Amino acid sequence: MSDMERLDRFLRTDPRDVGCEEALAVLHIYVDLTVNDQDAAGRYPGVAAHLKACGPCDEDFSGLLLAVTE
Amino acid sequence: MKGVESTGVPAQQDLDDESREWLGRLAAVGGERQAAERELHARLVRIALAEVRRRSASTPVTGRELDDVAHQAAADAMVAILAKLGDFRGESRFITWAYRFVILEVSSKLGRHYWRHPPVALDAEQWERLPDRFGIDPASHAEWAGILAEIRRVADEELTEHQRRIFVAVVVDGIPVDAVAARLDLRRNAIYKVVFDARRKIRRALVVNGYLEEQR
Repeated sequence: MSDMERLDRFLRTDPRDVGCEEALAVLHIYVDLTVNDQDAAGRYPGVAAHLKACGPCDEDFSGLLLAVTE
Repeated sequence: MKGVESTGVPAQQDLDDESREWLGRLAAVGGERQAAERELHARLVRIALAEVRRRSASTPVTGRELDDVAHQAAADAMVAILAKLGDFRGESRFITWAYRFVILEVSSKLGRHYWRHPPVALDAEQWERLPDRFGIDPASHAEWAGILAEIRRVADEELTEHQRRIFVAVVVDGIPVDAVAARLDLRRNAIYKVVFDARRKIRRALVVNGYLEEQR
């Protein structure tokens, strides 16, 4: 990825993005759907969009995913 | 940003055996409940310790303090879980629901502990480091001068003082979002929203000036 593409990716915003509060409210559901391969992103597109853009929430997602699959 | 949506409402499935067992033991009286609480707490401590170690490269918190964060996170998560047992609706496994509390506590506590040994002060305004933040090749910094100047102009002219302070802290100075939230006594979502709006404004300005294409 070029420098410009990286900057562009950072600046792009997704109107479906639900924000941290709503994403974290359903994070446990989203994680279980992911673990069970049940199309979490398809069921919660706004959460998927948020996790792509929000480093801290994506970190929480990764941590919870690891915790339940250890 | 819009509200959370699911294209299909998750079915209220019957509880799995493990979740039902947890709820039964935690609702029991006497020794059975105490044993369940001890077991759950031990699990929370284990998860919290693993989580702080996983994040150790991205926090200035180290050593004994990191372990303390994990133990505090597990203790606070335990209190919250027991207080909110009635809120569990079976939309996930019980243990996933419970572990969510400890993961979020770890995030929040690492944000607060950042300020005990902050590698960067709030309001440091390290604009000279912005190219590094975006991973721009040092050899091409000169070509980026116009773009970086435009980003700074938007921050200075199109953001309120409060918005600019948050944008500079998170994007320019690279301070973790949870640390900024803790310092300014705001929720993570409030910080995210400010940066989200700033990203939109900066992108619009870069499109107007021909640096980027219109978002499709």
